[in-house]
Amino acid sequence: MPPIEDIYIILTAILVSSSCALLGSFLILRKMAMVGDAISHAVLPGIVIAFLVSGSRDSTTMLLGAGLIGILTTFLIEFLHAKARLQTDASIGVTFTWLFAIGVVMITFFAGQVDLDQDCVLYGEIAYVPLDNIVTDNGTIIGPRALYILGFVLLIVVAFITLSFKELFLTTFDPGYARTIGISTALWHYLLMGAVSATTVASFESVGAILVVALLIGPPATAYLLTDDFRRMLLLAVGIGVIDSILGFILAVWLDGSIAGGIAIITGITFLLALLFSPVHGILRRKLISRDTKSDQVAAEQKV
Amino acid sequence: MSSLIDFLSLQDPNIRYVVLGVILLTATSALVGCFSFLNKKALIGDAISHAVLPGICLAFILSGSRNPFFLVIGAFATGWLSTYVVDVITHRSRIKEDTAIGLVLSVFFGIGIFMLTVIQKSGNASQSGLDHFLFGQAASMVGQDLMVFSTVAIILVVMVILLFKEFTLIAFDRNFAQAIGLPVHLIQTILTSLIVLAVVIGIQAVGVVLMAAILITPAAAARFWTHNIRTMIVLASIFGAVSGVSGAYISYVAPAMPTGPWIVIVISVIAFVSFFLAPRRGVISRMLRQRTFRRTINEENILKAFYQLGEESREFRTKRLPEEILTRRSMDTVSLHKILKRLKRQGYLINSGNSWELTEEGLAKAQRVVRVHRLWELYLTTKLNIAPDHVHDDADTIEHFLTPDLEAELERVLNYPKVDPHKSEIPYDRT
Repeated sequence: MPPIEDIYIILTAILVSSSCALLGSFLILRKMAMVGDAISHAVLPGIVIAFLVSGSRDSTTMLLGAGLIGILTTFLIEFLHAKARLQTDASIGVTFTWLFAIGVVMITFFAGQVDLDQDCVLYGEIAYVPLDNIVTDNGTIIGPRALYILGFVLLIVVAFITLSFKELFLTTFDPGYARTIGISTALWHYLLMGAVSATTVASFESVGAILVVALLIGPPATAYLLTDDFRRMLLLAVGIGVIDSILGFILAVWLDGSIAGGIAIITGITFLLALLFSPVHGILRRKLISRDTKSDQVAAEQKV
Repeated sequence: MSSLIDFLSLQDPNIRYVVLGVILLTATSALVGCFSFLNKKALIGDAISHAVLPGICLAFILSGSRNPFFLVIGAFATGWLSTYVVDVITHRSRIKEDTAIGLVLSVFFGIGIFMLTVIQKSGNASQSGLDHFLFGQAASMVGQDLMVFSTVAIILVVMVILLFKEFTLIAFDRNFAQAIGLPVHLIQTILTSLIVLAVVIGIQAVGVVLMAAILITPAAAARFWTHNIRTMIVLASIFGAVSGVSGAYISYVAPAMPTGPWIVIVISVIAFVSFFLAPRRGVISRMLRQRTFRRTINEENILKAFYQLGEESREFRTKRLPEEILTRRSMDTVSLHKILKRLKRQGYLINSGNSWELTEEGLAKAQRVVRVHRLWELYLTTKLNIAPDHVHDDADTIEHFLTPDLEAELERVLNYPKVDPHKSEIPYDRT
């Protein structure tokens, strides 16, 4: 039986990876993986502002503030693309670096009042999760704060996706049809981005911006190589995210390295395995098929 | 003010190193970034800059020192590897490029962070400088760094000058480049190497996350001012250099302020100013142009309404009330009044109180709009065999845009016709 701290850490990672896997699946199919990356960096000034307003790491203010900044980021990217006719990749790049730079400067400027540092923003410190517990009025410790926040976020994400599955599905795969039957693509676009921002912020302190990106993109991309059925892809992505979290933790403990880094490494390895050996879309499978068709052609030509 | 003079006089050797180093880094990144931008690969720089971290750690572990030469080689190796992996994933699987970039950048960076923590925990004394790569260290540049950076910068500039034509060609028309027998693949590889090199030295100024900004933002800003690629490159480099110097100055005046983020804020401000204020391509100039178009169209439509009323009563130059116009063209009274006033200012209408009359010029212009409309309808029905009831909307649009040359050509082709497909008379100048 591992110590309770380790279980808390693994649970935190599992909660983050599940929320990320669900939302990330929509992102990569909407060709918006880099928008997810952009949001995860751009929420930084939102976090600092929320910090200044509430004076603490009050989670509700932060989630709201970040949700708004995330939507603002998406809006800015769209605006530069549509109104200034800037190509999409450049509008993403310009927007998120600008907001991140503002965030870093704000952290330096309000160094006395904001208990944040830029290293933690980038790669977080999941190992500290068990240190920050919720204590009830009569002094009982009921578990780490991060665990409750992330559990709450996962609940919201699951509810959001199950309740509006049809809308999200249609706006992702057939926006034209969705519009004709009266579903607003813009509305669902911004709602999804709001959810991504909230998840990013909730995961920020514990796992950092980079692991959020790895978990948003890695498990869904792996699942995408393994199945053609979207519902199955969602479930697979969650499963892969959970496995990556556990194995990543074990790797980090074994080599005494960063846990976030360890999980990112395992995410990369599982993707690589799927890329090479997936029975449906793996590189080897494709090679075999093209060799088969070639030898079939040769055989057919010989018969003639 | 005196601090600015102190700063710009470059008396202090430390300031000299920092300023020269920062200019070199930002200007050359902007230079190479232009091609990354024009190839629509703006975000690959983001992947490379994150992927550089494991290379730096690896070089440190293998060489056991912070010698910038080894670190640059290690960074170059993994930076290059990341672009190769992105290529393989996009070409060999159903994964899209943006997904591949995001995956590669986060996984490579994760590996880098993992190695960094392992190095830190192993307690190696000289490791303390490695995390400078995360956030840049522009303010602490020394002579040795400057040597390495300027060598790399010179290589970059010389290569871009030598291969300028080839890089331009593959950015704008890759198929043509292939067709005339250029080694497209080789040129692309060289360009990628230059981008990796620019990133490797650039992250020393602004750090991993913000590297993408000094690569693409100057190019994106410069693109709004010019259509000429040479001008664009020079402009982007100047923008880069200006932001570099400004960032260095800000952290010179306020030493607590980080240089890298300020460089990025300055270059972003330059970019946003360009997006909005640039002539022709800027948002504001585009909006003004659209407004002018809209106004012309509205004004011509009102003149047309006057003419149509005139046709009905066989009296073109008579006083008309706004209510009469509204029977021809439905809109709200306020906008109608604005348009009428604009037409009066231009000399097409005169009024006494609330009744309006076409002037000679106004009648000629109204007549021309109607003539073009009917000529176009006739052209569509007789030459393109479109049914007469399908041509009105198209003619409604073209009547505002057809040039006098085309109008004359239409008249000639249709042999100066008398009536349009709906048997309405085509009016000609009575001169």
